Amino acid sequence: MPGLVLFCSFLGFGSLVRGSGIGLTAGMVSSLTVWGLPGQIAMIELYGVGASLAVNSMAVWLTNTRLMPMVITLVPHLTRARPGWRHYLIAHLIALTTWAVALNRVPNLPPEQRFSWFFGFSVVLWGLSLIGTAAGFVLSGTLPEPVVLGLVFINPCYFLLLFLVEFRPRSRVLALALGGLAGPLLHLVDPDWGLLVTGLGGGTAAFLLDRLLRRREACHG
Amino acid sequence: MVEGSVWPLLLVATLVTYSWRALGVLVAGRIDPDGPVFEWVGCVAYALLAGLTVRMILLPIGALRGTDLGCRLVATALAIIVLRRSGGNIALGVLVGVGALVGLTAAGIKIWN
Repeated sequence: MPGLVLFCSFLGFGSLVRGSGIGLTAGMVSSLTVWGLPGQIAMIELYGVGASLAVNSMAVWLTNTRLMPMVITLVPHLTRARPGWRHYLIAHLIALTTWAVALNRVPNLPPEQRFSWFFGFSVVLWGLSLIGTAAGFVLSGTLPEPVVLGLVFINPCYFLLLFLVEFRPRSRVLALALGGLAGPLLHLVDPDWGLLVTGLGGGTAAFLLDRLLRRREACHG
Repeated sequence: MVEGSVWPLLLVATLVTYSWRALGVLVAGRIDPDGPVFEWVGCVAYALLAGLTVRMILLPIGALRGTDLGCRLVATALAIIVLRRSGGNIALGVLVGVGALVGLTAAGIKIWN
Protein backbone atom coordinates (compact mmCIF):
# COMPACT_ATOMS: atom_id res chain seq x y z
CA MET A 1 0.00 0.00 0.00
CA PRO A 2 2.66 2.60 0.81
CA GLY A 3 4.46 1.34 -2.30
CA LEU A 4 1.39 1.97 -4.45
CA VAL A 5 0.89 5.53 -3.17
CA LEU A 6 4.58 6.25 -3.64
CA PHE A 7 4.51 4.79 -7.15
CA CYS A 8 1.56 7.01 -8.11
CA SER A 9 3.31 10.08 -6.72
CA PHE A 10 6.36 9.37 -8.83
CA LEU A 11 4.10 8.65 -11.79
CA GLY A 12 2.84 12.20 -11.32
CA PHE A 13 6.38 13.42 -10.93
CA GLY A 14 7.34 11.74 -14.22
CA SER A 15 4.58 13.58 -16.05
CA LEU A 16 5.67 16.82 -14.39
CA VAL A 17 9.19 16.12 -15.64
CA ARG A 18 7.95 15.75 -19.20
CA GLY A 19 6.02 19.01 -18.97
CA SER A 20 9.01 20.87 -17.54
CA GLY A 21 11.28 20.02 -20.45
CA ILE A 22 14.26 18.93 -18.34
CA GLY A 23 14.22 15.49 -19.94
CA LEU A 24 13.81 11.92 -18.72
CA THR A 25 17.43 11.41 -17.72
CA ALA A 26 17.51 14.44 -15.43
CA GLY A 27 14.18 13.41 -13.92
CA MET A 28 15.42 9.87 -13.24
CA VAL A 29 18.67 11.15 -11.78
CA SER A 30 16.76 13.39 -9.38
CA SER A 31 14.67 10.43 -8.20
CA LEU A 32 17.89 8.48 -7.71
CA THR A 33 20.10 11.06 -6.05
CA VAL A 34 17.73 13.46 -4.32
CA TRP A 35 15.02 10.94 -3.52
CA GLY A 36 12.67 13.22 -1.68
CA LEU A 37 9.65 14.10 -3.75
CA PRO A 38 8.77 17.50 -2.23
CA GLY A 39 12.28 18.78 -2.88
CA GLN A 40 12.27 17.35 -6.40
CA ILE A 41 8.96 19.04 -7.17
CA ALA A 42 10.08 22.37 -5.70
CA MET A 43 13.20 22.13 -7.85
CA ILE A 44 11.31 21.47 -11.08
CA GLU A 45 8.67 24.12 -10.40
CA LEU A 46 11.25 26.80 -9.60
CA TYR A 47 13.30 25.76 -12.62
CA GLY A 48 10.13 26.27 -14.62
CA VAL A 49 9.68 29.87 -13.45
CA GLY A 50 13.34 30.53 -14.24
CA ALA A 51 14.54 30.94 -10.65
CA SER A 52 18.29 31.34 -10.21
CA LEU A 53 20.47 28.44 -9.12
CA ALA A 54 21.01 30.03 -5.70
CA VAL A 55 17.31 30.61 -5.00
CA ASN A 56 16.37 27.17 -6.25
CA SER A 57 19.03 25.39 -4.21
CA MET A 58 17.99 27.29 -1.09
CA ALA A 59 14.37 26.25 -1.59
CA VAL A 60 15.32 22.59 -2.05
CA TRP A 61 17.59 22.81 0.98
CA LEU A 62 14.84 24.29 3.16
CA THR A 63 12.20 21.88 1.86
CA ASN A 64 14.38 18.96 2.86
CA THR A 65 15.26 20.12 6.38
CA ARG A 66 12.70 17.60 7.61
CA LEU A 67 15.07 14.79 6.60
CA MET A 68 17.46 15.57 9.43
CA PRO A 69 15.08 14.97 12.37
CA MET A 70 13.79 11.92 10.49
CA VAL A 71 17.29 10.45 10.28
CA ILE A 72 17.96 11.31 13.92
CA THR A 73 14.84 9.51 15.12
CA LEU A 74 15.14 6.43 12.90
CA VAL A 75 18.84 5.54 12.75
CA PRO A 76 19.20 4.62 16.45
CA HIS A 77 16.36 2.10 15.96
CA LEU A 78 18.10 0.46 13.01
CA THR A 79 21.50 -0.18 14.55
CA ARG A 80 23.26 0.32 17.83
CA ALA A 81 26.70 0.34 16.19
CA ARG A 82 28.83 3.45 16.15
CA PRO A 83 28.26 5.64 13.11
CA GLY A 84 30.12 4.28 10.10
CA TRP A 85 29.72 4.13 6.34
CA ARG A 86 26.66 1.92 6.69
CA HIS A 87 24.90 4.69 8.56
CA TYR A 88 25.68 7.18 5.83
CA LEU A 89 24.49 4.72 3.21
CA ILE A 90 21.21 3.98 4.96
CA ALA A 91 20.61 7.69 5.60
CA HIS A 92 20.16 8.27 1.88
CA LEU A 93 17.31 5.76 1.88
CA ILE A 94 15.40 7.57 4.61
CA ALA A 95 12.58 9.51 2.99
CA LEU A 96 9.04 10.31 4.10
CA THR A 97 7.42 6.96 3.18
CA THR A 98 10.23 4.65 4.27
CA TRP A 99 10.62 6.56 7.53
CA ALA A 100 6.91 6.42 8.41
CA VAL A 101 6.62 2.69 7.66
CA ALA A 102 9.89 1.85 9.39
CA LEU A 103 9.00 3.65 12.62
CA ASN A 104 5.94 1.41 12.85
CA ARG A 105 7.58 -1.85 11.80
CA VAL A 106 11.10 -1.74 13.14
CA PRO A 107 10.37 -1.91 16.89
CA ASN A 108 8.67 -5.28 16.30
CA LEU A 109 11.69 -6.79 14.54
CA PRO A 110 14.64 -8.48 16.26
CA PRO A 111 17.45 -5.89 16.49
CA GLU A 112 19.86 -7.86 14.28
CA GLN A 113 17.34 -7.95 11.40
CA ARG A 114 16.34 -4.30 11.44
CA PHE A 115 19.14 -2.90 9.37
CA SER A 116 18.82 -5.43 6.55
CA TRP A 117 15.02 -5.24 6.60
CA PHE A 118 15.10 -1.49 6.20
CA PHE A 119 17.72 -1.69 3.50
CA GLY A 120 15.72 -4.20 1.46
CA PHE A 121 12.41 -2.42 1.96
CA SER A 122 13.83 0.98 1.01
CA VAL A 123 15.68 -0.27 -2.03
CA VAL A 124 12.42 -1.76 -3.34
CA LEU A 125 10.61 1.56 -2.84
CA TRP A 126 13.55 3.42 -4.35
CA GLY A 127 13.33 1.19 -7.42
CA LEU A 128 9.57 1.69 -7.58
CA SER A 129 10.07 5.45 -7.64
CA LEU A 130 12.51 5.17 -10.52
CA ILE A 131 10.07 2.99 -12.47
CA GLY A 132 7.28 5.42 -11.58
CA THR A 133 9.24 8.40 -12.83
CA ALA A 134 10.03 6.70 -16.12
CA ALA A 135 6.49 5.36 -16.52
CA GLY A 136 4.94 8.78 -15.82
CA PHE A 137 7.23 10.36 -18.37
CA VAL A 138 6.54 7.77 -21.06
CA LEU A 139 2.78 7.61 -20.40
CA SER A 140 2.53 11.39 -20.63
CA GLY A 141 3.65 11.08 -24.21
CA THR A 142 0.98 8.53 -25.15
CA LEU A 143 -2.09 8.98 -22.93
CA PRO A 144 -4.89 11.39 -23.84
CA GLU A 145 -4.33 14.97 -22.69
CA PRO A 146 -6.90 15.04 -19.82
CA VAL A 147 -5.41 11.89 -18.26
CA VAL A 148 -1.91 13.38 -18.46
CA LEU A 149 -3.21 16.50 -16.70
CA GLY A 150 -4.67 14.21 -14.06
CA LEU A 151 -1.24 12.65 -13.52
CA VAL A 152 0.32 16.08 -13.02
CA PHE A 153 -2.47 16.89 -10.54
CA ILE A 154 -1.70 13.84 -8.34
CA ASN A 155 1.03 15.47 -6.25
CA PRO A 156 -0.51 18.86 -5.44
CA CYS A 157 -3.73 17.03 -4.55
CA TYR A 158 -1.87 14.40 -2.48
CA PHE A 159 0.18 16.97 -0.58
CA LEU A 160 -2.85 19.11 0.14
CA LEU A 161 -4.74 16.16 1.63
CA LEU A 162 -1.67 15.14 3.63
CA PHE A 163 -1.61 18.64 5.13
CA LEU A 164 -5.29 18.50 6.02
CA VAL A 165 -4.86 15.46 8.23
CA GLU A 166 -2.05 17.18 10.12
CA PHE A 167 -3.40 18.44 13.45
CA ARG A 168 -0.28 18.84 15.53
CA PRO A 169 1.88 20.35 16.66
CA ARG A 170 -0.03 23.61 16.41
CA SER A 171 3.01 25.51 15.11
CA ARG A 172 3.03 23.21 12.09
CA VAL A 173 -0.67 23.71 11.41
CA LEU A 174 -0.12 27.48 11.57
CA ALA A 175 2.84 27.13 9.20
CA LEU A 176 0.67 25.23 6.72
CA ALA A 177 -2.07 27.86 6.87
CA LEU A 178 0.27 30.84 6.56
CA GLY A 179 2.32 29.15 3.84
CA GLY A 180 -0.79 28.18 1.90
CA LEU A 181 -2.01 31.78 1.97
CA ALA A 182 1.32 33.45 1.27
CA GLY A 183 2.52 31.02 -1.40
CA PRO A 184 0.25 32.08 -4.28
CA LEU A 185 0.26 35.76 -3.26
CA LEU A 186 4.03 36.06 -3.09
CA HIS A 187 4.34 34.07 -6.32
CA LEU A 188 2.33 36.85 -7.97
CA VAL A 189 4.67 39.44 -6.48
CA ASP A 190 7.88 37.63 -7.44
CA PRO A 191 7.89 34.06 -8.79
CA ASP A 192 11.64 33.80 -8.24
CA TRP A 193 11.91 34.68 -4.54
CA GLY A 194 8.26 34.20 -3.57
CA LEU A 195 8.56 30.61 -2.43
CA LEU A 196 11.66 31.20 -0.30
CA VAL A 197 10.05 34.18 1.42
CA THR A 198 6.90 32.12 1.95
CA GLY A 199 8.87 29.38 3.68
CA LEU A 200 11.13 31.53 5.81
CA GLY A 201 8.57 34.24 6.58
CA GLY A 202 5.51 32.04 6.98
CA GLY A 203 7.38 29.37 8.92
CA THR A 204 9.04 31.81 11.29
CA ALA A 205 5.76 33.70 11.83
CA ALA A 206 3.98 30.44 12.63
CA PHE A 207 6.71 29.41 15.05
CA LEU A 208 6.61 32.77 16.87
CA LEU A 209 2.81 32.92 16.89
CA ASP A 210 2.70 29.48 18.47
CA ARG A 211 5.15 30.60 21.19
CA LEU A 212 3.03 33.69 21.83
CA LEU A 213 -0.19 31.66 22.10
CA ARG A 214 1.55 29.21 24.42
CA ARG A 215 2.65 31.99 26.72
CA ARG A 216 -0.88 33.39 26.81
CA GLU A 217 -2.35 30.01 27.60
CA ALA A 218 0.16 29.63 30.38
CA CYS A 219 -0.89 33.01 31.81
CA HIS A 220 -4.58 32.20 31.68
CA GLY A 221 -4.02 28.77 33.15
CA MET B 1 11.54 31.21 -19.84
CA VAL B 2 13.67 28.21 -18.92
CA GLU B 3 17.35 28.96 -19.36
CA GLY B 4 20.54 27.17 -18.53
CA SER B 5 21.34 23.54 -17.98
CA VAL B 6 19.51 21.61 -15.30
CA TRP B 7 22.62 19.56 -14.38
CA PRO B 8 24.38 22.02 -12.05
CA LEU B 9 21.06 22.50 -10.26
CA LEU B 10 20.60 18.74 -9.96
CA LEU B 11 24.07 18.34 -8.50
CA VAL B 12 23.52 21.08 -5.92
CA ALA B 13 20.04 19.74 -5.09
CA THR B 14 21.56 16.31 -4.47
CA LEU B 15 24.27 17.71 -2.23
CA VAL B 16 22.02 19.96 -0.14
CA THR B 17 19.49 17.16 0.27
CA TYR B 18 22.08 14.62 1.32
CA SER B 19 23.67 17.15 3.67
CA TRP B 20 20.58 16.94 5.92
CA ARG B 21 20.72 13.15 5.96
CA ALA B 22 24.46 13.08 6.72
CA LEU B 23 24.08 15.73 9.40
CA GLY B 24 21.33 13.61 10.93
CA VAL B 25 23.68 10.62 11.23
CA LEU B 26 26.39 12.84 12.64
CA VAL B 27 24.36 14.31 15.48
CA ALA B 28 21.99 11.38 16.15
CA GLY B 29 21.82 10.69 19.86
CA ARG B 30 23.35 14.05 20.71
CA ILE B 31 20.53 16.38 19.79
CA ASP B 32 16.84 16.38 20.67
CA PRO B 33 14.71 16.14 17.52
CA ASP B 34 11.75 17.54 19.48
CA GLY B 35 13.56 20.72 20.48
CA PRO B 36 12.65 24.28 19.40
CA VAL B 37 15.27 24.47 16.63
CA PHE B 38 13.69 21.55 14.82
CA GLU B 39 10.25 22.88 15.47
CA TRP B 40 11.29 26.07 13.68
CA VAL B 41 12.94 24.37 10.68
CA GLY B 42 9.90 22.10 10.49
CA CYS B 43 7.67 25.18 10.32
CA VAL B 44 9.78 26.68 7.54
CA ALA B 45 9.69 23.46 5.52
CA TYR B 46 5.93 23.09 6.01
CA ALA B 47 5.16 26.71 5.10
CA LEU B 48 7.29 26.42 1.98
CA LEU B 49 5.65 23.18 0.91
CA ALA B 50 2.13 24.41 1.64
CA GLY B 51 2.86 27.58 -0.32
CA LEU B 52 4.13 25.53 -3.26
CA THR B 53 1.17 23.14 -3.16
CA VAL B 54 -1.54 25.81 -3.06
CA ARG B 55 0.28 27.77 -5.75
CA MET B 56 0.47 24.67 -7.96
CA ILE B 57 -3.30 24.29 -7.72
CA LEU B 58 -4.28 27.96 -8.06
CA LEU B 59 -1.54 29.27 -10.34
CA PRO B 60 0.08 26.31 -12.12
CA ILE B 61 3.01 27.02 -14.39
CA GLY B 62 3.27 23.80 -16.39
CA ALA B 63 0.80 21.53 -18.12
CA LEU B 64 -1.96 22.20 -15.57
CA ARG B 65 -2.22 25.75 -16.88
CA GLY B 66 -4.26 24.19 -19.67
CA THR B 67 -6.99 23.21 -17.20
CA ASP B 68 -9.77 25.48 -16.00
CA LEU B 69 -9.28 27.05 -12.55
CA GLY B 70 -12.89 26.24 -11.66
CA CYS B 71 -12.36 22.58 -12.55
CA ARG B 72 -9.23 22.42 -10.41
CA LEU B 73 -11.11 23.96 -7.50
CA VAL B 74 -14.07 21.59 -7.86
CA ALA B 75 -11.70 18.61 -8.08
CA THR B 76 -9.84 19.79 -4.98
CA ALA B 77 -13.09 20.36 -3.08
CA LEU B 78 -14.31 16.86 -3.99
CA ALA B 79 -11.01 15.36 -2.85
CA ILE B 80 -11.34 17.16 0.51
CA ILE B 81 -14.96 16.08 0.94
CA VAL B 82 -14.06 12.44 0.25
CA LEU B 83 -11.13 12.72 2.67
CA ARG B 84 -13.46 13.97 5.42
CA ARG B 85 -16.28 11.51 4.69
CA SER B 86 -13.96 8.52 4.51
CA GLY B 87 -12.36 9.23 7.85
CA GLY B 88 -9.07 10.44 6.41
CA ASN B 89 -8.51 8.07 3.49
CA ILE B 90 -5.92 10.08 1.54
CA ALA B 91 -5.53 7.62 -1.34
CA LEU B 92 -9.28 7.59 -1.98
CA GLY B 93 -9.43 11.39 -1.80
CA VAL B 94 -6.62 11.78 -4.34
CA LEU B 95 -8.24 9.19 -6.61
CA VAL B 96 -11.55 11.08 -6.62
CA GLY B 97 -9.87 14.48 -7.01
CA VAL B 98 -7.71 13.37 -9.92
CA GLY B 99 -10.61 11.48 -11.49
CA ALA B 100 -12.82 14.58 -11.23
CA LEU B 101 -10.23 16.78 -12.91
CA VAL B 102 -9.74 14.26 -15.72
CA GLY B 103 -13.51 13.92 -16.18
CA LEU B 104 -14.25 17.64 -16.14
CA THR B 105 -11.37 18.43 -18.49
CA ALA B 106 -12.27 15.60 -20.88
CA ALA B 107 -15.87 16.86 -20.95
CA GLY B 108 -14.57 20.29 -21.90
CA ILE B 109 -16.31 21.97 -18.97
CA LYS B 110 -15.22 25.53 -18.25
CA ILE B 111 -16.38 26.92 -14.92
CA TRP B 112 -14.08 29.86 -14.45
CA ASN B 113 -11.41 30.91 -16.87
